[in-house]
Amino acid sequence: MFDEWVNDEQPEEPRGKPIGRRVLLGTLGLGALGVVTAPTLQRGLESFLAGASDKDPTGLTGLLPNGGGFRYYSVTSSVPRKNATTYRLTVDGMVDRPGSYTLADLRALPQTRMVRDVQCVTGWRVPGTPFEGVRLSRLLDAAGVREGAGAVRFTCFDGAYSESLTLDQARRSDVLVALRMQDKDLGHAHGGPVRLYVAPMYFYKSAKWLSGITVTKDVKPGYWEERGYDVDAWVGRSNGRDDAPTT
Amino acid sequence: MHLRLDAPARSTEVRRFGQATRWVHRTTAGLMGVCVVTAAFLYIPQFAELVGRRELVVRIHEWAGLALPVPVLAGLASRLFRADLGFLNRFGPHDRVWLRAAVRRDKRRSSRPAGKFNAGQKIYAAWIAGATLVMLGTGLIMWFTHLTPLQWRTSATFVHDWLALTIGIVLAGHIGMALGDPEARRGMRTGTVSQDWAEREHKLWRP
Repeated sequence: MFDEWVNDEQPEEPRGKPIGRRVLLGTLGLGALGVVTAPTLQRGLESFLAGASDKDPTGLTGLLPNGGGFRYYSVTSSVPRKNATTYRLTVDGMVDRPGSYTLADLRALPQTRMVRDVQCVTGWRVPGTPFEGVRLSRLLDAAGVREGAGAVRFTCFDGAYSESLTLDQARRSDVLVALRMQDKDLGHAHGGPVRLYVAPMYFYKSAKWLSGITVTKDVKPGYWEERGYDVDAWVGRSNGRDDAPTT
Repeated sequence: MHLRLDAPARSTEVRRFGQATRWVHRTTAGLMGVCVVTAAFLYIPQFAELVGRRELVVRIHEWAGLALPVPVLAGLASRLFRADLGFLNRFGPHDRVWLRAAVRRDKRRSSRPAGKFNAGQKIYAAWIAGATLVMLGTGLIMWFTHLTPLQWRTSATFVHDWLALTIGIVLAGHIGMALGDPEARRGMRTGTVSQDWAEREHKLWRP
């Protein structure tokens, strides 16, 4: 159908050996072998790259697969920036005392520092990452959760992301409204100035750019959960994954 | 070449690629470009911050990847494209000479005998075809998470990531070499090349 002229000559080259096909099949075989041996290769590379990235001033090793470090994921095209004057965190829903916090209000509350691994559901893990902030349970107690409430919903000032926890999960002592990460104030790229930090769960539960906490009756699936991720996202016990637990 | 005589073609021009081959190359290149650019948006933090919209970018990446083999498969309907694939597949004794010279970084024309495709182009074509299929397979394992056990998925992600990096480098080499040879690009764009170029670069090719 695409032939546009007739070539009635013989091929100029002697037929030769079908080495192209062998290279193609060999590449496929190597790919399959790579999948089979990946666990071993990955362990070796991870330890090598973790060592290399410690001594790498350029940060380029962070771009290599398993090179360590965080990846930036946002579900919207752009996220507004909030600072100490424009940031507000509202607490409402089934509570006796709805209200809102400024950044200074949050900083004035007792801070908790935790050092745990961060595990993303897409596979990357950042070991020993310090997070610091206010225990979520403290904000819930201050607001006075009403009888019959069963869950907490989180909304974000990116305008799209949302997350949920059961009330029991939200009251755990390793769930923070985080203001600092890696002993620095949370930057915009990491979800600053304030993000959720749910230490025992996959990192998509730790909503970035946190702006609203609403106490509800039932759990409402969040952004990724409506797209197939587990609501109860315990590290190593959900999403079909068996990573080592982070807590 | 009786038909060539009817055309007002200049005698110094020779036909290199038929419409099918050029169409397959162009659409494959386009789809590969979409895969590479969306991969960068998903993977490199600075680009990810620039673009966001993660779910949309993932969808585009997946569908472009799925479509990547389609142009070649459709091209199989063309006899001329199949003939080009035959040239790419078959390695003669001269290809061994070419490869040996390439390893020794011997750039003299006399030590680089080539037919319609040189040995480097043949290896590249076979490798990128195999690599694309590996990317497709591992990509499908990552896409349809319920189809395979977790260990497969983690392993597929590992292969997908590292092969992506390798393909990026090899692809940059492919594009770099094309940028260095305008006449080769013209051949792929218009289908014809100058007789001089053909004799210089592909001495054993009988168009």
